Amino acid sequence: MFRLKLIYLLPLVALVGLLGVLGLGLGHDPSALPSAMIDKPAPSFDLPPLLAAKPGLKTADLKGHPVLVNFFASWCLPCREEAATLAGFAASGAVPIYGIDYKDKPEAAKSFLEQSGDPFQRVGIDTGRTFIDFGAYGVPETYIIDASGHIRYRFAGPLTPDALRDQILPRLAALKAGK
Amino acid sequence: MRGFLLLLLTLMAMQPGLVTGFAWAVDPGERLADPALEARARALSQDLRCLVCRNENIDESDAPLAHDIRVLLRERLKAGDSDAQVLNYMRARYGDYVLLKPPVEWSTWGLWFGPPALLLIAGAAILWTSRRRPAAPKPLAPEEQARLDALLERRDG
Repeated sequence: MFRLKLIYLLPLVALVGLLGVLGLGLGHDPSALPSAMIDKPAPSFDLPPLLAAKPGLKTADLKGHPVLVNFFASWCLPCREEAATLAGFAASGAVPIYGIDYKDKPEAAKSFLEQSGDPFQRVGIDTGRTFIDFGAYGVPETYIIDASGHIRYRFAGPLTPDALRDQILPRLAALKAGK
Repeated sequence: MRGFLLLLLTLMAMQPGLVTGFAWAVDPGERLADPALEARARALSQDLRCLVCRNENIDESDAPLAHDIRVLLRERLKAGDSDAQVLNYMRARYGDYVLLKPPVEWSTWGLWFGPPALLLIAGAAILWTSRRRPAAPKPLAPEEQARLDALLERRDG
């Protein structure tokens, strides 16, 4: 008799389990892809400069100190959205921010940077290959690269002040603390 | 109903191979001169996910990133890469997600073997319950039979 009752409880237990799994899924953004490049060395690249006043960007520039690498384009609206956040962070001088201008017209990119307050110390022009080598799938994307030149984190989409505070700054602090 | 049929037809038309002469996203400028290499490139592109459109392969996608990857994989083939090397090249950058057919590994066992396992479990459960049917009742004892005959006789008579 008792065994029979336990069997009848099984669907309820299964349902609760299923709801639990589905509930966990609610907090998960399916459009954000995990990066396969985390903890791998940054790809090798050597990009020509966009601006006369600032150098381009190559792999060797990423070594020696943690940096942010930001893929952007003048035709990308979310890049305009994050420009103020990036400029504010650049002004704080915490780490260098390097830009990679993705599939863009140089003139359009220059005027975009003039309008938005250029946050970058270096800006390279990418026709698409470096983007793929980073495993990037959209603009903007922001990468944290550690002092040894390894990719440690990717943030896809426009950086908001909240994302900067909650995702980027703690990771940079951890890198600077030596781990 | 008509709308459903229309949808069905549209879906069928979207399946490559079902309808011949389908317009591909691959533009003529991307094609390799060597037909054997080009055929390999086409086959590989159909196994690679477009990271922008997500549920489309790069062979069909019009996204600029898909175009770049089509060109890139043709370059790899021309440089002498095997099919597996090209796929690994993409996996190294974009992870398993870039493959439309996930590899069989411990982490994907549930995906590959879950449905057949469920089918087996369900089949076994059906077999088990059908065998547990109550046995046919015992034949009546002679005195019970006599009593039954008497009752039936009384009713018929």
